[in-house]
Amino acid sequence: MAHANIEHAVDAARFIDNQERTHWHDQALWFVRVKRDRAAGSVAEWEELRSRAAQIKRHTMSRLADYLEQFEEQATRRGVHVHWARTAEDHNRIVLEILSRHHVERVVKSKSMLTEECHLNPFLERHGIEVVDTDLGERIVQLRKEPPSHIVLPAIHIKKQEVGETFHQHLGTEKGASDPNYLTEAARGHLRSKFMAAEAGITGVNFAVAETGGFVVCTNEGNADIGISLPRLHIACMGIEKLIPRAADLAVFTRLLARNATGQPITTYTSHFHAAPPGGELHVVLVDHGRSALRTSSKFREALCCIRCGACLNTCPVYRRSGGYSYHATIPGPIGSVLNATQDAKTYHSLPYACSLCGSCSDVCPVKIPLDQQLLALRGEIAEQKYLPLSKRVLMKLTSFVMCRTWLFNLSGKVARRIMPWMPRFLIYNRLNAWGRQREIPEFPKQSFRELYKKRHEQSR
Amino acid sequence: MSSRDKILSDLRAERIPDVALPPTAGNWTVYDDPRQQFVQVLEAVGGRAVTAPDEGSLETALSGIDVYRQAARIWSLLPGIPSAGGNWSEVTDPHDLETLECCLVPGEFGVAENGAVWITHTIIPQRAALFVTQHLILVINADQLVHNMHEAYDRISFEQAQFGIFISGPSKTADIEQSLVIGAHGARSLTVVLLGGR
Repeated sequence: MAHANIEHAVDAARFIDNQERTHWHDQALWFVRVKRDRAAGSVAEWEELRSRAAQIKRHTMSRLADYLEQFEEQATRRGVHVHWARTAEDHNRIVLEILSRHHVERVVKSKSMLTEECHLNPFLERHGIEVVDTDLGERIVQLRKEPPSHIVLPAIHIKKQEVGETFHQHLGTEKGASDPNYLTEAARGHLRSKFMAAEAGITGVNFAVAETGGFVVCTNEGNADIGISLPRLHIACMGIEKLIPRAADLAVFTRLLARNATGQPITTYTSHFHAAPPGGELHVVLVDHGRSALRTSSKFREALCCIRCGACLNTCPVYRRSGGYSYHATIPGPIGSVLNATQDAKTYHSLPYACSLCGSCSDVCPVKIPLDQQLLALRGEIAEQKYLPLSKRVLMKLTSFVMCRTWLFNLSGKVARRIMPWMPRFLIYNRLNAWGRQREIPEFPKQSFRELYKKRHEQSR
Repeated sequence: MSSRDKILSDLRAERIPDVALPPTAGNWTVYDDPRQQFVQVLEAVGGRAVTAPDEGSLETALSGIDVYRQAARIWSLLPGIPSAGGNWSEVTDPHDLETLECCLVPGEFGVAENGAVWITHTIIPQRAALFVTQHLILVINADQLVHNMHEAYDRISFEQAQFGIFISGPSKTADIEQSLVIGAHGARSLTVVLLGGR
């Protein structure tokens, strides 16, 4: 899809304009991060689990074609219909074909970042099919006609008073009501009627097992399970990177996922699907959509190991203070910056810079994706392809020119120390100095570090 | 070329370095008292544990559970415990289960590390009941507790599998300002009856 180039800093500036709200957003996510730390810390073999998970995923990537074929063979043997989609368009067309064949007009969907990525909802709606997102957070943003702002907590950016207003408009709850218990109860009643009326359920997939041809869906609300056990038709959509080799590997991932995502010991419902119940039909759509291309990059292919726990978003100081929408991408935060910029460097050129390189994302990643290193490497690629704004490019060239010449560097320092303290403010803090927009340049010392060091060294002799 | 063949050939065209698949065995945490651990985690995730010394005392144990005692429409899959308010086991359309208030289901085993109980389609012919019922009561033998998920998957065979699920606690959400609300779409309460032992 064609986008204007995304300028993360511009939207982030708009977000932090409201300081009270920025702080609230930051704290809400930090709360989740703290719960995650507690859960991770309570498992003695946590680091061993991360190592195993990282290894299992990397192994699977190295033989992905074999495992996909094995999965297809096993699933087909059990009567599951397996479909292959190279692009988002293929995926949407396949889903529509299945629904049309069953004359489906109403679909309930549980959370699936893949269907967001493929923009399945608007596509099906254009073809006259009602799609109801049933995860509470997703239903909230759907009613507000917004995309999710977080991959695990879709409505993390919305205050309960705003949810109350949305529900008042759409579900007829009392005006001004904002109690989460009351609002959740209202959503429960509203969505029950949607579940009862639906003719098909669509889910994502957390893990698919090559050895058995089955897949696992993890939720807390139970929406996925109701959504696929009332209608006869279940369509599960998965990226080809969701595969793991053995059923026993599920132990590693179910132990990591919920603890790392929200600090729970496991999700409330961890459902294993291997065949349709009698009279039902089960379809799995395997989607590439750029994944095999990302796999060819030795620098970035580890991003395919991601299990979408959202921990890198929760820990990221930039995400927490700039909100999901400033990324303009289905998947925001550190992993989103990597996935989007590797796929479209021009549009998403600013995302790898929405990062302080603190490395916290890599530290919390359950599959050890070196996110900070990837973001740094992406900056190099973006600079090489000349996607940076002119001002930054010129400044970087100039900096590198000066820094490559010791004499010039020393001279510049000397001159700057002399004249900067005497310069009028408008000459220092102007449009050209983006760095000085929110910051004061530190006071210039009389001597440089080199000069001080030299002097002290001589004195101590 | 079909999408399938194109995806597979694209993947095979790019050979990437081999990474060994790690073993599944490991030095995983086991608990001195798995039962205590199970109960503690179950309560932490919003569930409740009840004890029945033997099958004969199951009815007494159940009568101590408010949501069971007050329910008029009960589907019991437990031998010796009657259903009420409907011919639930004859239901062929899962939509007819919508009014179910309480569902009693034997679980295969529990997992100490996360308070989860494993249930499969062989136990419950209409899986929808697990989710549409207002209250869920699971019964497991107290000696059927594994320490961790590794032991759990060692026990499960997916050879004849259709549907299987770990349930840990009642349905919940924190999607509105991170406030925990019990009873999102699924069961509003989850009680696990531990049969036998202490």
